[in-house]
Amino acid sequence: MTFHQRIFALAMGIGIFVVILEMVRRRRLEEEDSFLWLIIGLGIVVLVLWQDLLEWVTQLIGATAQTTTIFIFGLVIVILINLYSSVKITKLRRQVKELAQQVAMLKINEK
Amino acid sequence: MDNFAIIIPAYNEAGRIGSTIADIRKFTDADIIVVSDGSTDNTVNEASEAGATVVELPFNLGYGAALQTGFKYALKMGYRFAVQMDADGQHDPSAIQSLIEPVIKGEVDVTIGSRFLRRGDYKAPFVRKVGMSFFAFIASIFTGKRVTDPTSGFQALNSKVMKFYASDAYPVDYPDADVIIMLHRRGIKFSEIPVAMKRSVGKVSMHSGLKPFFYTFKMLLSILVTLLRRGEGRV
Repeated sequence: MTFHQRIFALAMGIGIFVVILEMVRRRRLEEEDSFLWLIIGLGIVVLVLWQDLLEWVTQLIGATAQTTTIFIFGLVIVILINLYSSVKITKLRRQVKELAQQVAMLKINEK
Repeated sequence: MDNFAIIIPAYNEAGRIGSTIADIRKFTDADIIVVSDGSTDNTVNEASEAGATVVELPFNLGYGAALQTGFKYALKMGYRFAVQMDADGQHDPSAIQSLIEPVIKGEVDVTIGSRFLRRGDYKAPFVRKVGMSFFAFIASIFTGKRVTDPTSGFQALNSKVMKFYASDAYPVDYPDADVIIMLHRRGIKFSEIPVAMKRSVGKVSMHSGLKPFFYTFKMLLSILVTLLRRGEGRV
C-alpha cells in the first residue's frame, strides 16, 4: 500500500470507530447493536498498522492488492451487520404481530 | 351442532360486511367473529351492528395474520370448530353446512371450499388463473392428493388445525399451497369440497401490480423451506 492509501484507510477506520463510539455514548445506538460496526473501524486500523498481517491475509484470499483485502474485510462485516438486522426485524415483526393480536383480544373483554 | 365460530377477516369492508353477515345469518346461527385488520372505515361499527363479535387489530397486519387472530380468539373462547370466510360476500353461505359437516363428524380435520371442482360463475383473470393452477399442481404433487384451489379462504376446521394455524408457522400474508403442504406433512387430513363462488366486485385484488412476481417467488421459497424442514413432527 502506498503512504497515501494508508493515510486514507487509517482515517476511515478511526473515523468510523469514533462516530460509532459517540453514538453509543449518546445512546443513539445500543452497545449490542454497535459491536460489529466497531469491529469494522478497529479492523481497518489494525490491518493498516500491522503490515505483516495484511500481507498474510492478502495472500490467503488470493488478492493482488492489499487495498482489496481491506475493502473485502469491510464488505463482509457490512453483510453480516445487514443479515443481523434482518434477523432482528423478523423477530420484532413477529413480536409486534403477537402484541397487536393480544391487544385486540383484550379490548373485546373490556367492552 | 352449533359449537362453531365463523371467522371473517375484514380490511375496510364497510358497505359489504353488513350484508355478508346478514346472508350468513340466513343459513346458520353460529357465532360470527369479524377480525378488523386495522380498518379505517366503518367496518367495525357495521359488523357489530350486524351482530358479530368484532376483534379490532390496532393496525393492518395482513390477511393471514388477521385470520390467525380469529383462530387465536376462537381457541381462547373454547370453540371446537371454525369456518373461515371472506368479508366481501364472494363465499356462498349456503355451503357452510356442507363444509363443516365432515369436520364435525370427524371424517377430516379441515375442508377447503374449492371454486374449481364444480362449474360456478367464478372467473379469474388469466394471470391469476395460471398462478393458481401452478400452485395447485405443486400442492397436488407434494400431498399426493388432488388439490384444485389452494388459495381458498373458505374453509372449515377443527381445533387441531386451529392450533396449527395459530402457531408461528402460519404465514402472515397469504396462505396458499405452502400451508396445504404443511398440513399434509403434519398428518392433518384435508379434503376439498366444491363450492360456487362469485368474483368479488368493486374491490382491488389482493394480487395486483408487480406483486404477482414477488408473490410467486415468496411462495416458491416458502414451499421449498417447508419441504426442507424435517422433524417438525405431527400435531
